[in-house]
Amino acid sequence: MAHRALRIIAATALAGSVLTACTTEPASTGGPGGAGKGPSDGKLVMGFAQVGAESGWRTANTKSVREAAEKAGVTLKFSDAQQKQENQIKAIRTFIQQKVDVIAFSPVVESGWDTVLKEAKNAGIPVILTDRAVDSQDTSLYRTFLGSDFVKEGQEAGKWLVKEYEGTSEPVNIVELQGTTGSAPANDRKAGFADAVKGDPKFKVVDSQTGDFTRAKGKEVMQAFLKSHKDIDVLYAHNDDMALGAIQAIEEAGKKPGTDIKVISVDGIKDAFVAMQEKKINVVVECNPLLGDQLMELAKKVAAGESVPRRVEVKEGVFTQDQAAAALPGRQY
Amino acid sequence: MTPPDDIGAGGRRPARAPGARRLTRHRLFWPATFLASLLLGNVAFTHDFFAVRVQNGHLYGSLIDILQFGAPLILVSLGMTLVIATRGIDLSVGSTVAIAGALACEHIATAKDPGSLPTVLSAITLAVGVAAAIGLLNGLLVARLYVQPIVATLVLMVAGRGVAQLITDGQIISVSSSAYKMIGGGYWLTLPFAVLLAAALVAVTSFVTRRTALGMLIESVGGNPVASRLVGVRAAGLLVMVYVVSAVCAAVAGLMISSNVSSADGNNAGLWIELDAILAVVIGGTALTGGRFSVGGTVLGALIIQTLSTTIYTLGVPPETTLVFKALVVMAVCLVQSPAFRARLSRRRRPAASAPAVGDAGVRQQEVHP
Repeated sequence: MAHRALRIIAATALAGSVLTACTTEPASTGGPGGAGKGPSDGKLVMGFAQVGAESGWRTANTKSVREAAEKAGVTLKFSDAQQKQENQIKAIRTFIQQKVDVIAFSPVVESGWDTVLKEAKNAGIPVILTDRAVDSQDTSLYRTFLGSDFVKEGQEAGKWLVKEYEGTSEPVNIVELQGTTGSAPANDRKAGFADAVKGDPKFKVVDSQTGDFTRAKGKEVMQAFLKSHKDIDVLYAHNDDMALGAIQAIEEAGKKPGTDIKVISVDGIKDAFVAMQEKKINVVVECNPLLGDQLMELAKKVAAGESVPRRVEVKEGVFTQDQAAAALPGRQY
Repeated sequence: MTPPDDIGAGGRRPARAPGARRLTRHRLFWPATFLASLLLGNVAFTHDFFAVRVQNGHLYGSLIDILQFGAPLILVSLGMTLVIATRGIDLSVGSTVAIAGALACEHIATAKDPGSLPTVLSAITLAVGVAAAIGLLNGLLVARLYVQPIVATLVLMVAGRGVAQLITDGQIISVSSSAYKMIGGGYWLTLPFAVLLAAALVAVTSFVTRRTALGMLIESVGGNPVASRLVGVRAAGLLVMVYVVSAVCAAVAGLMISSNVSSADGNNAGLWIELDAILAVVIGGTALTGGRFSVGGTVLGALIIQTLSTTIYTLGVPPETTLVFKALVVMAVCLVQSPAFRARLSRRRRPAASAPAVGDAGVRQQEVHP
């Protein structure tokens, strides 16, 4: 008995969801009509499935999305996946059931999204990827990707170096602290940097090791570098935390970071700006987590049925020491 | 796996055994040889690897680095040795490292005067106290509720990192406190304070376990729980104690790691250190089946692992092949440690005819083996 009742309820709910999905579709594309929308009266509803809160960068990313949603008048349904794909898939299914207008998410891993994204597609809900991509063959499963171009970040770092050593012909010895081996930012930042400095043979990467994106490992590896190479001119770190650890190692070796050894870093966390103000880091290539505003703009466009580019890059800058003091008070993460 | 016991082998061994043979029979001979050859191998690539100079009033050099970065691993492995000697295992130490660092840094960062000694001391007390509670929980699960150690400590290995993240709010907490910096990054009498601290704890542990009956009681509980119960050894209290000691050692290691970089990272601090510690214990000649343990061997094992990391950085092994390189070296250590492997190797090298002439128990044993 109970089973049958449950099944009937489920069937009705399902029918209802299909019906409303059909009615919302023209409403969201048609604009202000909003007949079937109920209490949200024309307000865009977005489901956002975040990776987790694994770093300061990620927390800043979350905060940016929340604030931007409020500012843009978007109702945000937020879910934290705690770095687990199954949680994220569950969250997306819930969003589909709740009939949100747009789903945005940062995939924890690259693969395994086809089924749940097809469900979203069948329900007529557009999907936006933020920060990380999926490797799905079927590109119709999501509308657009909003995030950073890691290769470009590496290139920007290299470009600064080329400019810094313009006009000299003496060899420049570079050590590199890579991110977690095999991760997309590590691979791409390494490739982009190598690409930018390959034109001039005076630039020589004398050593390159992984520092796992952490301060402790960055310091440990840099200490070993300092002992095995006596003439390091430049340190290129794939993120700020490793650079901050390495700076301590350089100081303990009796050298001045930023002067004796030039330090290039990627990300742009607050601590790195403080170090830059103290002239310990020379340049920081920003990897911007504050993509909330751009996300809301894109969400409104896809919900309105407008066409958007397949890939949208986050606005990012390159900060040098003289800009650090001015930029520091505005750093949110 | 374990080399012959000092006491056990003494009975069989002829009194006139040559000094060299006696030396190679020592349980610490192979780990020590391996460590020495690893260090010497570095000299071939970096000629001033052994050079130690005075820099800003303290000693500076690769060897000092190995000791300083190895200190946390030595401490975690020290606690692990005692746990393994009771036939247990403690997987939660990595999370305990993260929790201790997070608690201390959070306490200091929110305090009014982060640089003052009382603040730092209360932070240390807090971290060590919470760690002791974690150890107590592990110990009670194992000793009173008879949960298998690997399962009991797995709970906190997984959940503990979440707790650390909860404490830090998922952020990396930076502290600027010179008093706190002392623990992992400071120097005392020209030596890193962390090294002195680790050495002191190792000395206390070996004294307590070797000069009192405690070590023997631990070995008896691990070696034969039934027999030790029959002779009246109270295993439960001992078990709880070793888990508490292990957690406290991990907490001190956590303080060192976070103090060295003046920040707490709930996600990455002490990640996989439990596996390195287990490896250090095993390299040091303590069997996972419990019983006999060697604190000195564990220290050597931890130093081998740290030297290996430093070697990888100095040699410039590409990061993609780092793990393969490590695996090969660790495999070599394990093979060198294995008496059966050494016996096979020496049998092949030596002509069969000369073997009986030596008239040694070990060689006779080989002849029986195949």
